[in-house]
Amino acid sequence: MQTSKETVVKATAEDGNPPGRPDFLSVKDFNFFYGKKQALYNISMDIPERQVTAFIGPSGCGKSTLLRNFNRMNELIDGVNHSGDIRILGKSIYDKGIEVISLRRSIGMVFQKSNPFPKSIYENVVFGLRISGKPSKADLDECVERSLRGAALWNEVKDRLHESALGLSGGQMQRLCIARAIANRPKVLLMDEPCSALDPIATVKIEELIRDLKREFTIVIVTHNMQQATRCSDNTAFFYLGKLVEYAETQKIFSNPSEKQTEDYITGRFG
Amino acid sequence: MCRCLPQSWKRPRQLSPQCSNNRRDWSRSVSAPDKEIISPAGFRPGPDIFKILCQAAAVLTVLTLGWIILEIIEFAWPAIQKFGLDFMTTSAWVPNRERFGVLPFIIGTAASSLLAILLAFPLGVAIAIFLSENFLSPAMRQSIRFVVEMLAAIPSVVYGLWGIFVIIPIVKAFGDWAVGSLGGIPLFSGPAYGNSLLTASVVLAIMILPTITAISRNALAAVPKTLREGAYALGATRWEAIFNVIIPTAAPGIVAATILGLGRAMGETMAVAMLIGNSSRLSWSILSPSGTLAGLLANQFGEAQGLQVNSLMYAALILIGITLLVNLLGEAVLRHTQKQTAGIR
Amino acid sequence: MDSIATHALDFFDGNHGQNSKAVARSLTNRLLSGLCIVLSLLTMVPLVSILFLLLKNGLPLLGMQILTELPPAAGMTGGGFGNAILGTLVMVAIGLSISAPAGILSAIYINEYSPTSRLSQLVRLVAKLLTGIPSIICGVFAFAVVVTTTGTFSAYAGGMALAVLMLPTILLTSEQALLGVQSAYREAAYGLGATRFQTIVRVVLPDAFPAIMTGVMLAVARAAGETAPLIFTALFSQFWAKSLNEPTASLSVLIYNFSTVPFPHQIAMAWTASLVLVAFVTLANISAQTLFSRKY
Repeated sequence: MQTSKETVVKATAEDGNPPGRPDFLSVKDFNFFYGKKQALYNISMDIPERQVTAFIGPSGCGKSTLLRNFNRMNELIDGVNHSGDIRILGKSIYDKGIEVISLRRSIGMVFQKSNPFPKSIYENVVFGLRISGKPSKADLDECVERSLRGAALWNEVKDRLHESALGLSGGQMQRLCIARAIANRPKVLLMDEPCSALDPIATVKIEELIRDLKREFTIVIVTHNMQQATRCSDNTAFFYLGKLVEYAETQKIFSNPSEKQTEDYITGRFG
Repeated sequence: MCRCLPQSWKRPRQLSPQCSNNRRDWSRSVSAPDKEIISPAGFRPGPDIFKILCQAAAVLTVLTLGWIILEIIEFAWPAIQKFGLDFMTTSAWVPNRERFGVLPFIIGTAASSLLAILLAFPLGVAIAIFLSENFLSPAMRQSIRFVVEMLAAIPSVVYGLWGIFVIIPIVKAFGDWAVGSLGGIPLFSGPAYGNSLLTASVVLAIMILPTITAISRNALAAVPKTLREGAYALGATRWEAIFNVIIPTAAPGIVAATILGLGRAMGETMAVAMLIGNSSRLSWSILSPSGTLAGLLANQFGEAQGLQVNSLMYAALILIGITLLVNLLGEAVLRHTQKQTAGIR
Repeated sequence: MDSIATHALDFFDGNHGQNSKAVARSLTNRLLSGLCIVLSLLTMVPLVSILFLLLKNGLPLLGMQILTELPPAAGMTGGGFGNAILGTLVMVAIGLSISAPAGILSAIYINEYSPTSRLSQLVRLVAKLLTGIPSIICGVFAFAVVVTTTGTFSAYAGGMALAVLMLPTILLTSEQALLGVQSAYREAAYGLGATRFQTIVRVVLPDAFPAIMTGVMLAVARAAGETAPLIFTALFSQFWAKSLNEPTASLSVLIYNFSTVPFPHQIAMAWTASLVLVAFVTLANISAQTLFSRKY
């Protein structure tokens, strides 16, 4: 349904992204512990709206851990705790008035190994809708088409929506997971090494998709692949051993890093 | 320069040139209207009733075992009070005179089970070895596996029926011969009956064979490939590898299989009741009738009255105790073996 | 020194095949393999014998009459065991209606809600112990709880005994079924903001359903063949059951009763009933393994 607000948004989208909030997602003095073991040390950063921010760093340096804290997925593990705060649009995600379920429905997550449910493609996409209300058939159909188009998968699967999702190729499955994640229209999309299990061609498709998605969503992507960070992201944060070493515009990090550690990592001296 | 703020937010950005215009064949959909990202009232799911239901079911399961034991103790109490531990050491079972002692039945339970294990163990382990090695084609192995599974599926009462018409004549014939030639040995002293300890044990052996085979097969399959290959690399023949390396490694698992098979044999009721003769006379010979605790219950419970019922319940209590102990032991050994082979790759 | 290494060198010296020790080892190897094959074939003998006799003695009487009529009086011919078939089905159904929800819900609790709690560990241990309880004890228990309080033998009592028998099997196989569901699915569901309940009902249970059903069918197959739990809970009856609160006939008890009487017709009926029972149990086992397969 066309409203005047939509046309206004469309107009500005042609010219360039409207400036979003710079501290859409902000982390303040965040420490995180798995039991007694500290995994994140005093992280502070502001992630801007509707841009792609990449977390890079060697294995085990805490980037996935931080990512999974944004939608409090780490709380599914026993014995974890934290200090400090994470805020979305200024509101702490740990606020007592916030229900974790609600938070997770407002944030989409795509995992390293694509994990579509053993259901049909249609049912996979509408899962989020079904668990948060009683949607009508029209709502469901609209959601499926919108999400699959948004994930650039619609044309490939529109004739087999009710077939098993497990029959898709690896790249298609990951795009299905992206469709599923954006079906509920989250504000933020978290991606944990989404391409690491995919072949180069599928990877290219997903990277193109990410560049398109950032028009609507704020995206945080964890990646091992530095070239992917240069291709896809606007900002990059380099983590090492649980600490945030450097955080700046992607162009700057990769051409003129301020910290020596960053430079060593980027030039491949370790990692 | 503030490290935590990327510079880019200060100016509006141009559309990234990598975004391909020709992919814009889909209708532009807008993000949901700017509602609060997380509604302040929150979405509060109510108490998880389903969880409470499941927890209740779990508690019920645990209580069932306790309930079973308690009920039986409650009914057995008069007999426990009257006979005490002598119940397990006296041999007389005379309902009209209210004299009850289950020693013959305890011995019968133990004897029939042990004899059954003696017969089933070599056969079961041999089959397990055969199924886990590859002497013969997968087709043959599949059919043997099928046979063993079918043996497990046949109900106890059908084994009893079959035993009456097939095993009793065979054992009687064997018994007559044995009394003639081996009669000197107390084990084979006559007269030879059809319904005897031996008959019941033979059928029991067939019934517990699948249990022993299945668990032993798991134990043999759990032996790491590296051990097997190491033996062959040293030039061992197949059987040398089996006896010197594979069986010793799988031994605890095979022991567990035997103990669990023993537990099953002790609890087996119908086939035994139909074949063992149900006598309360103690005898050394395996060719004479005997009795087991389970068989005692099966035969007498239906028409028992008064103290007899209490005594039967007391016997049931002893049966539970024995089988629980044996099964606990078997499970403990099994768990121990799983830990053992876990470390080797 | 007779070591393997020494003989290995013989091979390279061109001595293979002539060393008597090697020949002996090879012969032993072959003998033992042969022994193993013989023993394995030995196991076929009882099964073949049972199946042969079931068919030989059981087929003659098999027909509509025997499946639908009531048992004849002692010593008489004719009649059938229709009431026994019905009784078995009814009591298995009663048992299932108690043990299936209890077992599956318990399995959900110990696998999904709190896998590491003390209660869950206790449940697992108790379930394993319950599988080892002799089936006659299930009958004794049902007698003590149902028959003494209702004052009569009944199908309820028989069903209760079968429930206790089936519960641990269903619980343990359901737990295995739930374990078989990939944790990646659960993670995806939580990531989308599903509650535990929604994850279990919408993702885990549908995926585990075939395996759970297989476990249930296997428990049914076992319960249908059991006699001991029924002989003094449901007793037996020569008639069609008018209510569930009276003695009820069952196939297994019929076989037990008829196999020890001196009347050839009754014994023949016992064989036919055994044939029907074994056929049913086999069918249940096969369908358990083939009928339920993953939909996706």
